[in-house]
Amino acid sequence: MNEYNYSLNYIDELESEAIYVLREVWAQFQKPVILFSGGKDSIVVTHLAKKAFHPCKIPFALMHVDTGHNFPETIKFRDDLIDELGARLIVGSVQESIDQGRVAEEKGKNATRNALQITTLLDAIESNKIDCAIGGGRRDEEKARAKERFFSHRDDFGQWDPKNQRPELWNLFNGKYFEGEHFRVFPISNWTEMDVWNYILREKIEVPSLYLAHERQVVWRNDSWIPKSEFLILEDNEKIETKKIRFRTLGDITITGGIESDADTLEKVVEEVSAMRQTERGNRSDDKRSETAMEDRKKQGYF
Amino acid sequence: MSIHDNQLLRFTTAGSVDDGKSTLIGRLLYDSKSIFEDQLEAIENTSKQKGHEGVDLALFTDGLRDEREQGITIDVAYRYFTTPKRKFIIADTPGHIQYTRNMVTGASTANAAIILVDARHGVIEQTKRHVFIASLLQIPHLIVCINKMDLVDFKEEAYNKVLKQFEDFSTKLLVKDVRFIPISALLGDNVVNRSENMAWYKGAPLLHTLETLHISSDINKVDSRFPVQTVLRPQRDGFIDYRGYAGRITSGIFRTGEPITVLPSGFTSTIKAIEGPAGEIEEAFAPMSVSITLEDDIDIARGDMIVRSKNMPEPSQEMEVMLCWLNSETAKPRTKYTVKHTTNEQTAIIKEVIYKIDINSLGRKFDDKELRMNDICKVKIRTVKPLMIDSYRDNRITGSIILIDENTNETVAAGMVV
Repeated sequence: MNEYNYSLNYIDELESEAIYVLREVWAQFQKPVILFSGGKDSIVVTHLAKKAFHPCKIPFALMHVDTGHNFPETIKFRDDLIDELGARLIVGSVQESIDQGRVAEEKGKNATRNALQITTLLDAIESNKIDCAIGGGRRDEEKARAKERFFSHRDDFGQWDPKNQRPELWNLFNGKYFEGEHFRVFPISNWTEMDVWNYILREKIEVPSLYLAHERQVVWRNDSWIPKSEFLILEDNEKIETKKIRFRTLGDITITGGIESDADTLEKVVEEVSAMRQTERGNRSDDKRSETAMEDRKKQGYF
Repeated sequence: MSIHDNQLLRFTTAGSVDDGKSTLIGRLLYDSKSIFEDQLEAIENTSKQKGHEGVDLALFTDGLRDEREQGITIDVAYRYFTTPKRKFIIADTPGHIQYTRNMVTGASTANAAIILVDARHGVIEQTKRHVFIASLLQIPHLIVCINKMDLVDFKEEAYNKVLKQFEDFSTKLLVKDVRFIPISALLGDNVVNRSENMAWYKGAPLLHTLETLHISSDINKVDSRFPVQTVLRPQRDGFIDYRGYAGRITSGIFRTGEPITVLPSGFTSTIKAIEGPAGEIEEAFAPMSVSITLEDDIDIARGDMIVRSKNMPEPSQEMEVMLCWLNSETAKPRTKYTVKHTTNEQTAIIKEVIYKIDINSLGRKFDDKELRMNDICKVKIRTVKPLMIDSYRDNRITGSIILIDENTNETVAAGMVV
């Protein structure tokens, strides 16, 4: 911050913008939650919420949609953070949705529980009477997300109508809804992957060790290193190798590919990310299914 | 100075159909190396499928399924790029469908607007509308890009013609800073790199202009306004009597020890402490999110405004507003709307439509007073309780409102206090 001309640098401006949005959520909704995946974006949103309400405790519960296909590190990180914050944790379980017959497991080698999360998420929102789910989505991530509002309306089926969104002007957010509808709010809409990393570094925010380079047993599939796990079924021509890798995004262990890297500190990660020539979702097979994969899932109620 | 001291510049792009807006944005992203290899690969494939020669830069800005299929832009999309000098946010607004609604939305938060003019056609009516909206929304900086200079052999005459046309109609408008840059988005002339084809142009290319626009003074630093978003009451050991008023400073500067007044109640007190995102600070300024504690225990709630006692806005129940109608439902006279102004919410009616702007001639129409989608009108609004307003010309945040239809919950209008 330059104290002499009273102007903010970009990261302070983004921080103040996100804090403003989080406070608007608290003021405008009855029962808001933070959608917490254990990934860096939802960690940053949680950190910002801590700042927005200091010295009060963070006033939102954290909601995790648990596919059952987790990195063990993510779950440990989640539970430690919940303890530290003294916040409430709500878990929506995809396994339960399957057991109850709400959704059916995909079949085949590339089967994932990614799309199944939509039903679990919407069920959890409904049964907990949640009227606002705060997410770590960013507009730079993907072309459908580039059209998102800060305050994004969902109808009573949880659906997004991208062609008929409420106009959003200045910093006046309209969070009005009818019974059964809800909102998704994205406080870090205007941040890029680089901004998130720079902020994590500046604020010394703790992130799961998966983001730092580490030795891991992996298999080469769909142009990235898929971690070995109890869910992995090897094809004949595939073999497990040990590589030094790290993850750029964290999703299900079955579909999140790692990259080979020596970046084992936050400083090195930031340096590496700034030189990256591939988008971070490039290693997510959920987005590779079609050109409009994200848009299609978002319309149905995805994060 | 490190890269972390860089400022954020938000700009919007406006242009008519086929004037190369998407190509320009693609060019800015491409030449500033903000496009990733996998994105480039996807675009190369699509270009090939469509039978284009080389890479069609315009494809970078395609978004939704319908947009890709129909080759149109439906809604405002936001794009991001960073140079060693600044971080940029582009509000990419569609050229034709609902252009007023979308451009007003994109313009509301912009520091700068890029208006594209086709060098072959010069200023057309659409251009005038775009400039009018930029002026109405008080975008501080306007950059007129005269595009497709390659199609007029890079001749200075085409550029001069647009300058002259601008002088003729922009005298009535309120734009403080206008610049003109001759470019070819397709070939890259004067976008990121200086053109070798237009030695007669002595100014800077577009990117350099965006990197060096003086934006620190775009924010009002004089009129200190702090709309209260929420009250922080920890009610735990060590904080029993703590009441922090949380909000984002819309304009001006606040300092500890300074006398303040709370509106609309009129109670006065002194600032005891200011807590910023990084801890306690002596002074805070727009657009910082902070929480403020006061020396006295007074009743303050969301919607109240803390201001400097020496400089206060006018609490008003009746105001003249330039209103842009954003909804397909026509405005109904004497209907109650919810008006949102900063963190304050009141019931309001549109008491009178004074005139409508003819968006083509930019003249005033006094006979047609129906408010339809994309119309811009001067209206008189009356609220049940007073709003602490400033004029939009002085303050883009405390001078702006939106109207919400209580039957549909939709945002139906955006207004700027005259």
